[in-house]
Amino acid sequence: MINRRRFIATGASGLMLGGCDRLNNSARFRNVLRSAETLTMNTQRLIVPRDALAHEFGEADLSPVFRSNGTAMPDTSEYAQQLKENFLNWRLAVDGLVARPLSIPLGVLRSIPHRVQITRHDCVEGWSAIGKWHGLELSRILDAAALSTRAKYIVFHCADRFGDKPYYESIDLVDAFHPQTIIAWGMNGQLLTVPHGAPLRLRVERQLGYKSAKYVQRIQAVESLAHIYGGKGGYWEDNADYEWYAGI
Amino acid sequence: MDEAVIDVDPVEAQAPPPPSPHRIAYRHRLPTRIWHWLNALTVFVMLMSGLMIFNAHPHLYWGQYGANFDRPWLSFSGRPFPGWATIPSTYNLAAARRWHLAFAWLLVVPLLLFLVTSFLNRHAQRDLRPTREEVKPNHIWHDITEHARLRFPRGDAALRYNILQKFSYVGVIFVLLPLMVLTGLAMSPAMDAAWPWLIVFFQGRQSARSIHFICATLLLAFIVIHLLMVVLAGPFNEIRSMITGRFRVPPERGDA
Repeated sequence: MINRRRFIATGASGLMLGGCDRLNNSARFRNVLRSAETLTMNTQRLIVPRDALAHEFGEADLSPVFRSNGTAMPDTSEYAQQLKENFLNWRLAVDGLVARPLSIPLGVLRSIPHRVQITRHDCVEGWSAIGKWHGLELSRILDAAALSTRAKYIVFHCADRFGDKPYYESIDLVDAFHPQTIIAWGMNGQLLTVPHGAPLRLRVERQLGYKSAKYVQRIQAVESLAHIYGGKGGYWEDNADYEWYAGI
Repeated sequence: MDEAVIDVDPVEAQAPPPPSPHRIAYRHRLPTRIWHWLNALTVFVMLMSGLMIFNAHPHLYWGQYGANFDRPWLSFSGRPFPGWATIPSTYNLAAARRWHLAFAWLLVVPLLLFLVTSFLNRHAQRDLRPTREEVKPNHIWHDITEHARLRFPRGDAALRYNILQKFSYVGVIFVLLPLMVLTGLAMSPAMDAAWPWLIVFFQGRQSARSIHFICATLLLAFIVIHLLMVVLAGPFNEIRSMITGRFRVPPERGDA
């Protein structure tokens, strides 16, 4: 009796699941699901004030161990060389739709006044860790480069690769000019370690962790994301269908 | 969720009307029936896609933070929920999130509409609010023993919610579902910036995530008992009443 019931239950859920999997394989249905991302983003942009800050914690709230995720060590010879030189020759390029393209030496970035923020990092997988970040507001870098009025997105090109594909991410100008969006060079009172994105990483505090790209080498201002790599605005967006807007 | 339309004043109901053994009553209004079946779909998709999301990090914590090196209060190894319980059936966090965050809209918007209208049309106050009589321990105990003996209300009493139904429907509609939504929002870093009270109220994002999972478990328990009661109370009549609104009133004991 139990077995028969279990058999029927499994069969019924199997039918339903088969249906869900079939729907999931249908491009049209996936587009319907994707339209919810636009709805969610527009709604959140309506509800969340432009400069609303992510909560900033105190020293006592820091995670005892802040785990790393994604790339732990970029495996290119260029990066290995930079690491050997202690990133002495690392430069941050700023180009695209800007009036004054820049190439900022790491030493200069680290020497100007910066922001310190203790924030919560939320991984798309569900875990959270609290860390202290030291870095320069992205808005100041963009102002120095004189961003064009045509620019709509800021793309971050990274030194790490997944297989043959470089990691990259992008955000719009609302997040780019948010006061907590920084190009960080330090964490918990020390210089960034390699697993956490040495020597430079992005922090986008109102979105999930995968938006905060590590090993940032180049910042590019663009009008559209359509012609950059897979066209969806990021490595995970292109290759695994993660949402470009990761505010939830 | 069931909603009874009660045309009979409870006081009048005490007077014995001549009950016809095949009396058909109109029990559920159309909006209730639509909301019920929409929820039947939505809640299943939310639960199953939610289990897939849980599979991505099957550990729960209390507090503001929580990750692999911290101490979970509940922890599984591997991917605990099997393919038949998740959407999609093979591991895919991105797809599960697409399902979950799209169907969340189908849960939230109708829920808000229902909460507002059920107060405006007094459904909540009239049909769902337990009366002073009903919450007396003796009355509750009586209902529990009647249920345990599978003696369900008959006649006009079958058109009203009994106290156990009221507790569970009020619990689901006004406590569990709103908690699911609020803890879900508390996990959103953007919403936390907009509404800092979310994180204050739930004492941290990881606490909110734990409460989200606990409420989901309670919802699943409700569904299991709900389905069991439908089967025990006469599935044909019960399901028909939720589709057409019409319910064949079981005659009083001793009448048939």
